[in-house]
Amino acid sequence: MRIPCPICGPRDRREFYYAGDAVALARPVPGAGEAAWDSYLHLRDNPAGVTRDLWYHEMGCSAWLVVERDTVSHKVLGAALAAEAER
Amino acid sequence: MTELVAVSASPGWSGKSIAGARFGAFEPQAILSVAPFAGAGAEVSQALQQATGLPLPEVGECLGTDAAGVIWFGRGQAMFIGPDPGRFTQAAALTDQSDAWTVLRLEGRRARDVLARLVPLDLRPSAFAQGQSARSELGHMMLSLSCTGADVFLLMVMRSMTKTAIHEIEAAMENIAARDAL
Repeated sequence: MRIPCPICGPRDRREFYYAGDAVALARPVPGAGEAAWDSYLHLRDNPAGVTRDLWYHEMGCSAWLVVERDTVSHKVLGAALAAEAER
Repeated sequence: MTELVAVSASPGWSGKSIAGARFGAFEPQAILSVAPFAGAGAEVSQALQQATGLPLPEVGECLGTDAAGVIWFGRGQAMFIGPDPGRFTQAAALTDQSDAWTVLRLEGRRARDVLARLVPLDLRPSAFAQGQSARSELGHMMLSLSCTGADVFLLMVMRSMTKTAIHEIEAAMENIAARDAL
């Protein structure tokens, strides 16, 4: 499995650390209420299809990435810098 | 004031050679990380050029010579290796890394084959040539790998990992030598 780092180019999966659903980027405002915070902290979808995850290029350039991949075909569809990704 | 004495990261080690590859320590005068503050890349590059004669490297680039070089070291960071240029700018975080990273040198026509056993990069000359640098891993250690000559490589690992890195590379060299001897 290779991940196309926007800075380094395609790199082996072992250079990366997996950090879960990219929903972590959409942090609610402090007063958003219990439901929003419960969902942000605990509730995750488990899609059969395209999913967006956070990966850290730990052994490479140290960038946080949002990687799009398909959980059915295992295809990696693309990656963007988390700093510039859609929230 | 206490005079601190620089000590080799690999004391007592004199390197290793096989047919086609030579591996040894590279003792830098100083190692300085340069991390420009947001939006200050151009300004820092100019200041670095004035202080050392070298600009900030582009992504995946290494510049300069053994005496003074600068290496791309990840997102928003470069490492200067050479005589300490001092605090040459206020627009970047400058951190002395002389006692934090070890520099090793591997060279020879079989050097790429030795590295290919440990580093998950495309190391063919067409993909990784003189002037190119990459952050990757060596075994499970963080690595900065730079190609500074046709078949000359500078390897940087965290200093605490020096012994392990030397062991891994020497084992890979012995493997290559054994296969060549068949």
